[in-house]
Amino acid sequence: MTSANQIRMPAGGASASPAGPDGAGRASARRAETRRKWYEIIGLTTPAVVIYVMFVLVPMGFAVYYSLFRWRGVGPPTEFVGLRNYTLAFQDPIFLDALRNNAIIVFGSLLIQGPIALGIALLLNRRFRGRAVFRLLVFVPYVLAEVTVGIMWKLLLTGNGTVDALLRSLGMGGLVHAWLADLDLVIWTLLAVLTWKYVGFAIILLLAGLSNVPDELTEAAAIDGASWWQIQRHVTIPLLGPTIRIWMFLSMIGSLQIFDMIWVTSVPAVRSLGASATMATYMVDNGFFARLWGYGNAVAVILFVISFVAALLFQRFLLRRDIQGAITGRAK
Amino acid sequence: MAVNSVPSPSTGRRPVSWGTPLTYALALAVAAVSIAPVIYVVIGGFRTTRQIVANPAGLPDPFVFDNYVRVLTQSNFWRQAFNSAVISLGTTLAVVVLGLAAAFVLARYSFRGREGLYTFFTLGLLFPAGAAILPLYLMLRDLSLINSYYAVILPQVAFSLPLTIVILRPFLSAIPRELEDAAAIDGASRLGFLWRIAMPLSRPALVTVGVLAFVASWNSFLLPLLVLSDVNLHTLPLGVQNFSSQYSTDTAGVLAFTSLAMLPALLFFTLAEKQIVGGLQGAVKG
Repeated sequence: MTSANQIRMPAGGASASPAGPDGAGRASARRAETRRKWYEIIGLTTPAVVIYVMFVLVPMGFAVYYSLFRWRGVGPPTEFVGLRNYTLAFQDPIFLDALRNNAIIVFGSLLIQGPIALGIALLLNRRFRGRAVFRLLVFVPYVLAEVTVGIMWKLLLTGNGTVDALLRSLGMGGLVHAWLADLDLVIWTLLAVLTWKYVGFAIILLLAGLSNVPDELTEAAAIDGASWWQIQRHVTIPLLGPTIRIWMFLSMIGSLQIFDMIWVTSVPAVRSLGASATMATYMVDNGFFARLWGYGNAVAVILFVISFVAALLFQRFLLRRDIQGAITGRAK
Repeated sequence: MAVNSVPSPSTGRRPVSWGTPLTYALALAVAAVSIAPVIYVVIGGFRTTRQIVANPAGLPDPFVFDNYVRVLTQSNFWRQAFNSAVISLGTTLAVVVLGLAAAFVLARYSFRGREGLYTFFTLGLLFPAGAAILPLYLMLRDLSLINSYYAVILPQVAFSLPLTIVILRPFLSAIPRELEDAAAIDGASRLGFLWRIAMPLSRPALVTVGVLAFVASWNSFLLPLLVLSDVNLHTLPLGVQNFSSQYSTDTAGVLAFTSLAMLPALLFFTLAEKQIVGGLQGAVKG
């Protein structure tokens, strides 16, 4: 593998380097060349490595450190409390609600968005006039900022708002609910909005995967007399396996961290009761706004560990063959 | 449901045909669900709050342009759009330059520890930005970067680098050796090869990672929320949220502001749709 990408001197010594005819000169030229190569390697990678280490890896290290203190964020942390912040978190019913809500969003997204997206992607993968326009329209919710979409749905779902008015005018007044204020309902409302927003992402990925399915396969099946549905069921969908697994992975990680939409759509009072809190909103509410920095960092570490373990397990058992070489290094 | 057309063996390529009515009915339904709320918001911006309260689901009668005019002339909309543009463009430029440099080394140089370095970067895919936000804030505070563009740009660049490198490396590896040898014979150094040949050849991939970084940065909310308390530095997502809570009784104004905030993303996406889809396609293949 290594030699394939290796930087070699062009054959025949017809290089730009001033190598002398004698062996000693050639050796020193090779040393100079090696040194130059290392200068380039270091020069080209250092900026990326420094920024990456400094802003991705180092903060997580600090989070672990801060999480062991009771600290209001002023001056250096001094009041060491060990793992107390962690036990406090798992004793707080609001945090447990947040965990439950994250679980609802993770599994709800997978179970609801997956089938819908697959159906729409298969539909939009058929060749028909105007397909490009339909594709563009379906992606719209995904492209908009979560915040903008969140504000939009908040306005639509507000008490006696547009959705309620629409339901009444359609004679379905019985369906009118306090969508964002009902403590038992709000998380399901948010799940519905998230589905609307993110199904487009699954569709983009699946369409990308579908375009990798060779036409020859489906055409051969068609010639053999398979119906459209048989082709999808037995040829296309099985070939989408890797794409579906990557989507599941990305969806899961995104759902565990979900913040923006929950933050702007749900009423703070409802959130503070736990009905619509997620781990991330709980972390920001407590750590940043309530200035419980030690505690907030402990929640950050919990959120990180849960995401990391979920990602590793997923990698280990489902993704191994799909991302070549990434993360696991040796997958091929 | 029948296959719409069997390919004729001579052409080998299926003609684009009109789909069945069922196909169109389903596609229309899906498209309607996707964009109806957005259209409602845009149209709602042309009504008065009184009209909206009286009939939330109605049409403008008469059309009023006052809301849009008000947002564009009296609010911080332009200021926030400018801030968003500076931060997104800065992030995109830095991600592309740093990502390309690192991916080039990882793709075209052979040295000890190369695969280790690559794995080190891909590890970042497992570090969720959301989880790091509190320590990130503390660090930026200690560096006195709070309330500056850098406070948003630097972390965004850092968290975009892993995916950028994962997408770019295979592209750069795929450039044939012969091209590199030929360039060397013509007197180009390795850096000359990067600048004159590798970069132009990998332009589709560069556009893809650039578009992905730009969209993510343009839409980002949590990081700016924490590190940009100065109203003059607020980005559009912060602006939308502030406007909607500050003028919560002015429903029509909020609708107008929200639709104006949607506009740049929609325009950008319409122009860059091919790159986004193409890029994800590359990512799916690995």
